[in-house]
Amino acid sequence: MAVVTRGFTGRGRREVDLPPGQYLTDDFPVLSAGPTPRISLDEWRFEVADGDGTRQAWSWPELLALPSEEITTDIHCVTKWSKRGTHWRGVSLDTLLSGVDSDVGYVMAHSYGGYTTNLPMADVRDGKAWVAYEYEGEPLAPEHGGPARLLVPHLYFWKSAKWVRGLRLMATDEPGFWESAGYHMYGDPWREQRYWGD
Amino acid sequence: MTELATPTRRPLAWRVATVAAVREESVVARTLVLDVPDWPGHIAGQHVDVRLTAPDGYTAQRSYSLASAARASAGYAVSTVEILVQRIPRGEVSPWLCDIAMVGDQFEIRGPVGGYFVWEPSRPEPVLLVAGGSGIAPLMAMIRTRKEAGSRVPFRLIYSVRDPDTLIFGEELARRARDDHGLDVTIVYTRQTPPGWRRPPGRLDAVLLAEAGWPATLAPACYVCGPTGFVETVADLLVAAGHDPAAIRTERFGPTG
Ligand SMILES: Cc1cc2nc3c(=O)[nH]c(=O)nc-3n(C[C@H](O)[C@H](O)[C@H](O)COP(=O)(O)OP(=O)(O)OC[C@H]3O[C@@H](n4cnc5c(N)ncnc54)[C@H](O)[C@@H]3O)c2cc1C
Repeated sequence: MAVVTRGFTGRGRREVDLPPGQYLTDDFPVLSAGPTPRISLDEWRFEVADGDGTRQAWSWPELLALPSEEITTDIHCVTKWSKRGTHWRGVSLDTLLSGVDSDVGYVMAHSYGGYTTNLPMADVRDGKAWVAYEYEGEPLAPEHGGPARLLVPHLYFWKSAKWVRGLRLMATDEPGFWESAGYHMYGDPWREQRYWGD
Repeated sequence: MTELATPTRRPLAWRVATVAAVREESVVARTLVLDVPDWPGHIAGQHVDVRLTAPDGYTAQRSYSLASAARASAGYAVSTVEILVQRIPRGEVSPWLCDIAMVGDQFEIRGPVGGYFVWEPSRPEPVLLVAGGSGIAPLMAMIRTRKEAGSRVPFRLIYSVRDPDTLIFGEELARRARDDHGLDVTIVYTRQTPPGWRRPPGRLDAVLLAEAGWPATLAPACYVCGPTGFVETVADLLVAAGHDPAAIRTERFGPTG
C-alpha cells in the first residue's frame, strides 16, 4: 500500500524501460567505500585462481594483446541512478575463463584496495561480462575503476568491481564486501534486489 | 576493508514515515524529524531510502543518511529518526523535502542500510571526521551517538563549507565543541568567511588536515563524506599523509565536486 505524498508530482517522467526505483542521470557518480587506489601498470596483474593457488595470470600488455570488444550498455547503480548507452572496451570473461571447468559455480572478484564481490559463474560467461579498460574512448579513470574494472551490466553496478585484480573460483556462494554489509547476494536491478531479503 | 558491522538479516520493508517536526539548519538545508512506528534502530553512519509517490503512482527514490543518534534522540520517542536534506536546485526529491514537506506529511522510508560507513561506541581508536556540505549528516549522527553513549573516544571534525550561509548545524556544532569533552571542531570556509575569521577562505589542504586532524601514527579511524570530488581529494590527502587506506571510510553523496 503506497502512501501518496502531498504536493509531489515527480519531475523525472515515467521512464518505462528503467528498472524499478531508478532515475536517469547524465553524470557518472562514484560509489566506493574508501580511497581510490592508484595502481601502476607495471605491477598490474589479473589472476584467475582456485583454492590451490594461481591458475593463470595476465600482465597489462598481455591483457591488451587479447581480443577486445566494444560494449554499449545501460548501467544501474544501487544508489538509484541509471545511465543510458555507455561505451566501453574490454576483454570478455569468456576469453579469460576459457581454461576453467564449466562446473565451477561461483566466482569472487578481488580488487586492488581489498574490495570483493561475488557472482555466479553463469553470470560472467556467454558474453555477459568483461574486464573493461576504456570508457567513452578514453583509458578508464581511477575513480571509475581504472586501470581496469569488471563490467557486468545486467547486475547492479557494485558487482562491476573497480580496480579488479582477479577472480577466485568457488564451489559455493559467499558474500563479498557490500554483500556482507546488507546488500543483496545477486543484485538484479529488474527485480530490485538491492538489500538482503529483496 | 575489514570490520563490518553485522546488521540483522531481515528484509527491509517500506514503512510510512510521518513528519513530526522540521528544523531549518541553514539557508540550504533542514532537518526532518520523522515518526516511524516500529523503527528497528540504527548504527551511526547508516542511511535510509526515501520514496515519494505522486498521485498517478509514479515514485522517486533517493538515499539520505540518518543524522540522529543511534539511540533515541532527547525529547523524542525511539520511533523517531532524523534526516538532514540539502536543497539541490532543480532536483526531483530534495526540493520537496526542503520546501514543501511539513508536519503531518507522509512518505515511505526503508532501512537502515549500510554496514561499512558506520561508527559504534565500542570502537577504541581516535576518530577523524571530514565533511563537505551535506556530508555532515552521517558524521553528525556519530558525534551525537558518541555523546549519548558517554564515549570518551577523542573526535576531531573538519567541516568544509562554501560560506557562512551554507554552514549546516552551525549552532549545535559550536555548542558541542564547547560542551562535548574530547570533540574538536574546525570549520573551513572555501569562498567566504564570517567577519574577523582567523583564516582566509580556501580549500582544505594537507597543512590544514595535519593541523586539525590526527597524525597517521595514532592510527585514527577516518570517515570522509561529501560530494564526490571533495571525498576523492580528502581521501587522497589522507593516504599521502600516511594513513592506512583501509582505515579511511568514504561516503560519496553527489556527482559534483
Ligand atoms: C548513501 C547516500 C547518502 C546520502 N545522504 C544524504 C543526506 O544525508 N543529505 C542529503 O542532502 N543528501 C544525501 N544524499 C544525496 C541524495 O540521495 C540525493 O542525491 C540528493 O538529495 C539530490 O536528489 P534530488 O532528487 O533533489 O536531485 P536529482 O533530481 O537527483 O538531481 C538533480 C541535479 O542535481 C545534481 N545533484 C544531485 N545531487 C547533488 C549534490 N549532492 N550536489 C550537487 N548536485 C547534485 C544531479 O547531478 C542533477 O544534475 C545521499 C546519497 C547517497 C548515495
